[in-house]
Amino acid sequence: MIVNALLVATGGFFGAVARYIASQWFGKRFPSVFPYGTLFVNLLGSFLLGLITGGRWAPAVSLLFGTGFMGAFTTFSTFKWESLQLGEKKQWKALIWYLAISYTAGVILAFLGYAVGAAIDPHHGER
Amino acid sequence: MPYLIVGVGGILGALLRYLLGLYVHFWWQSPFPLGTLLTNLIGCVALAWITTRLLKPGSFQTWIRLGFGTGLIGSFTTFSTFSLETVELLKRDLWGVALLYVLLSLWGGLLMAWVGCRIARSQLQKRAKEAESA
Repeated sequence: MIVNALLVATGGFFGAVARYIASQWFGKRFPSVFPYGTLFVNLLGSFLLGLITGGRWAPAVSLLFGTGFMGAFTTFSTFKWESLQLGEKKQWKALIWYLAISYTAGVILAFLGYAVGAAIDPHHGER
Repeated sequence: MPYLIVGVGGILGALLRYLLGLYVHFWWQSPFPLGTLLTNLIGCVALAWITTRLLKPGSFQTWIRLGFGTGLIGSFTTFSTFSLETVELLKRDLWGVALLYVLLSLWGGLLMAWVGCRIARSQLQKRAKEAESA
């Protein structure tokens, strides 16, 4: 239990810092009303979590990189806050694209990540 | 320094999400991913509230927003787990449950963010009125 919590905490630290760095970088590189930074981390994180889960890695790996890192790297609250802001600014087109791309691409990328993860399963052939 | 504050917030957010997930898993047997939905909806209210309350620029506000907003609440809520759980529901042919999960996350999240924002705004107005009359 303590070891599991430590794995999640370590992943959470680096996941949050990586998201912060990515959002700063995107904000400077692509200054826009459209939240490219959050979209990028959420889509990349969905693919990578799919990869980790599809590969049936050891529980410790999944706690550190999945629950900890990817869980903290991706964010739902910022996504919704930014959506609300786009609505308040009456940026309807950007809002609809943001929601549509996040949900459809997020699920598709998680699915693809899962398939790739299963193909490079570290325990492949053991069953 | 901002990295450390975001990181420490991230530790707390990830641990809270992990513990809430374990707790919900303990009494919730249905395939519907209630743990993640609850986490994400609570986070939406909290982030909207904190961000609206601390809109004024200032070093104190900036640190709180980084630690609690970007770090803690940002890491507490998760998008990757949401995507993956939707895929897992679809893989099990639970299309109705998957659709319900996506719709509740989509509209519930927006509604919760709106509620958090409204609560913070009415608190700020009340405080401004009190300051005027005092």
